[in-house]
Amino acid sequence: MSEHIVPVRVYVTIFLVLLVGTALTVLAAFQDFSVRLGTHEIPFNTVIALAIAVTKATFVVLYFMHVRYSSRLVWVVVTSALFWLAIMFALTFSDYWTRGWLPVGY
Amino acid sequence: MSHAASAEPHGHPALQHHFENMEQQREAGTLGMWVFLVTEIMFFGGMFLAYTLYRSAYPSAFASASNHLDITMGAVNTGVLILSSFTMAMSVYFTQIGKSRPQILCLIATIILGLTFLGIKAVEYRQKYEDSLIPGRLIPTRPFNPAVAYEGEVNEHKLHLIGNATVHQVELFYWIYFAMTGMHALHMIIGAGLLTFLLYFSIKGRYGPEYHSPVEVIGLYWHFVDIVWIFLFPLLYLLGRHLEHV
Amino acid sequence: MKEFEAFDLPQPSKVNYINAQYGLKSWLLTKDHKRIALLYLGSITFFFFIGGLYAMMIRLELLTPQGDLLQSTTYNKVFTQHGIIMVFFFLIPSIPATLGNFLVPMMIGAKDLAFPRINLLSWYIYMAGGLITIYALLAGGVDTGWTFYTPFSTTFSNSYVVAAGLGIFINGFSSILTGLNFIVTIHTMRAPGMTWFRLPLFIWSHYATSLVMILGTPVIAITVLLLAFERVARVGIFDPALGGDPILFQHLFWFYSHPAVYIMVLPSMGVVSELIANFSRKNIFGYKFVAFSSLAIAVFGFLVWGHHLFVASQSVYAGMIFSFLSFAVAIPSAIKVFNWTATLYKSSISFDTPMLYALGFIGLFTVGGMTGLFLAAVAVDVHLSDTYFIVAHFHYIMVGGALMGYLGGLHYWWPKISGRMYPEGWGRFSALVIFVGFNLTFLPQFVAGYLGMPRRYHAYPPEFQVFNVLSSAGASILGFGMLIPAIYFVWSMRYGKVAESNPWHLPGLEWRTQSPPPTENFEATPIVTWEAYEFAPPEETQVVGKFAGELETA
Repeated sequence: MSEHIVPVRVYVTIFLVLLVGTALTVLAAFQDFSVRLGTHEIPFNTVIALAIAVTKATFVVLYFMHVRYSSRLVWVVVTSALFWLAIMFALTFSDYWTRGWLPVGY
Repeated sequence: MSHAASAEPHGHPALQHHFENMEQQREAGTLGMWVFLVTEIMFFGGMFLAYTLYRSAYPSAFASASNHLDITMGAVNTGVLILSSFTMAMSVYFTQIGKSRPQILCLIATIILGLTFLGIKAVEYRQKYEDSLIPGRLIPTRPFNPAVAYEGEVNEHKLHLIGNATVHQVELFYWIYFAMTGMHALHMIIGAGLLTFLLYFSIKGRYGPEYHSPVEVIGLYWHFVDIVWIFLFPLLYLLGRHLEHV
Repeated sequence: MKEFEAFDLPQPSKVNYINAQYGLKSWLLTKDHKRIALLYLGSITFFFFIGGLYAMMIRLELLTPQGDLLQSTTYNKVFTQHGIIMVFFFLIPSIPATLGNFLVPMMIGAKDLAFPRINLLSWYIYMAGGLITIYALLAGGVDTGWTFYTPFSTTFSNSYVVAAGLGIFINGFSSILTGLNFIVTIHTMRAPGMTWFRLPLFIWSHYATSLVMILGTPVIAITVLLLAFERVARVGIFDPALGGDPILFQHLFWFYSHPAVYIMVLPSMGVVSELIANFSRKNIFGYKFVAFSSLAIAVFGFLVWGHHLFVASQSVYAGMIFSFLSFAVAIPSAIKVFNWTATLYKSSISFDTPMLYALGFIGLFTVGGMTGLFLAAVAVDVHLSDTYFIVAHFHYIMVGGALMGYLGGLHYWWPKISGRMYPEGWGRFSALVIFVGFNLTFLPQFVAGYLGMPRRYHAYPPEFQVFNVLSSAGASILGFGMLIPAIYFVWSMRYGKVAESNPWHLPGLEWRTQSPPPTENFEATPIVTWEAYEFAPPEETQVVGKFAGELETA
């Protein structure tokens, strides 16, 4: 078999990293990180929460799901799924976020 | 691959007749599960899109509703799922090195942790039912009708509205909450079922270093379900906590 | 390389996949991809006739300007159900589930698809979805339009929306499993020597189709599910009265339903590539361009869904982006049309029935595609939206395009599938009748729509009657034309000329095994050493100046 057997210490490390990440995200949720820029309030809380979630998910994908040790094809499959999700979000938001730009009834 | 490859008698008992060898079968199984997970990503993605749109439309309502969720149960559930992902990965590891007893024990641990998650979820859902937070007329005898706390009141069972949030908008949050966690729970139930199958065949000694593809592949599914929760937890439970003491 | 001419097939055994086992159980519990393809063929034909009956009712009602045949609510149900059945239960599965299931393993030299039991499951799921939808039709029907726009579908319609939605939801899994099977099979089970660029273009187009199935279908699944829950629970994700957003529904719905039309047309384009190359005895012009254009259509097809929302209060800026992308998506399709035409140039064309359908496809798909460009222009779409222009546009692609490819493919591979030839004379006749009937049905609809006749109306202003009468007349001819193959295909299974393994004398891998094939497809795993469409030079083939379809008797 040409597959790679991931050593136990890697699994344990990732597990602990994930637990730490969970604790971090709970703690960070109670702090107010919002930053004011003129009239806009940038929701840094959300950004931080998402950043932690993405990091945790990445570790699960790379190590628990063995993508780090898998063929390029698997890597392409994972990336394209995320890319398609991004398309769905981006083009839908191109509608919602630009609606207020032109006054109605011109 | 030589011309005579198909003339060789089939070796491993688990080799299916339309595959040339175990390596091809394993490759196909793994790729198949990954392609299936892509469909799951797009499936949940639709709900995440709805969540994002409504959260940006009604931020105060979403914060109010989110703060009303039980953060302890949510965090504990997150820990439970992460541990179950660890035990699942360990189960695959033990199968790969041929240690069947630890493999079976890790599978049992994964199933128990999964059922624990579902149990805690059931408790949460029961609480929502009691507080009349199940949206619309999903439960016809108990429509959405939460008690709302008035200004300054401190009461855990009552909804505290932040800013200009309305109860209607809060109902939307609960709609999304139940849709997403409900769909997630359904996937966990299916996962627990698959793991039980795996356990049965593991006890029968079917898996080992030369044939462990089903363990690996179901492991992939289980990790995916964990990843969905990794996103659901902060987005549903944590989004308004920094406004809690406003 | 004349290997295929000299290919010495052993005396074909009498055992093939059809007679290998007898009995209902051997068919209903089969794992053989070829038998599953036939199971699909039967069910898809059944649903096609039901959809056709609804079409007949539409055209009969529209003969007169008054709403005299059907009440308006009944008419709403008729066009809705015509759409649902034709889109979800005929067009989307048609080529992939029948021709794709049959041919994908054979064309790559495999014994079966990667997951034969999942293949069978996908047929059962299709049947379950279909039966639930039929229940919805018989119980009282659904009248929301196949597009299920909210809040009518969630709040105001009194029809069987949930049941129909459930049928569609379940059917979606059939599509997903088929696509999954194809992707894994094409990646992992190609025979030795079958490199990516030796694959027939049929395989490339099915691969691209499978990508769309995998990435798009889950979104319609969740959308229909949310719709059903909203209707049951009376909460408003999509209902504005309850704080929801109906445009969100349209975004989610069309995110799938636009790529869905590429699910319908890409396999047909794959068939046409096969037919054009093989029936002009010439290697396809620009193989790599055609192969990559399939992938490009699959990708670009996901970027254009907002052109269905131009008049739905979508932001004008988003409209501009989607309009530009909709123009861009035409380019890979145009590349295909140019390459097919270049293949035909200075080639040795034989006008057999499959080739007639392929040529019909090129012409009609071009008309459909060009009219799509008119609609991609936002300003023009404002005028033409919800008129018969749209109806004509998509029928040119779906019927003039996808259906023609399906019929052409069925005729082309019929000897391989059944071991019999269809009657060539009747084949050519019905192809012509279908072509004439089709154009007479839908060409007047372009004019009527441009002049302002709205779609989904059972009554219309009298000045549109002449177009409707022409259209209904055409529809009768079209219907008649399509009945003929239904009859002679069945007839041929008993009385058709017995076909040899390679009746058309072609180099494809599927022709290098007996007709019908044995259950394992090939006597031994083939080793591929030739390119796709590798024909002998023209002076060496026997078919110059002669129709290749005429069968040599044994």
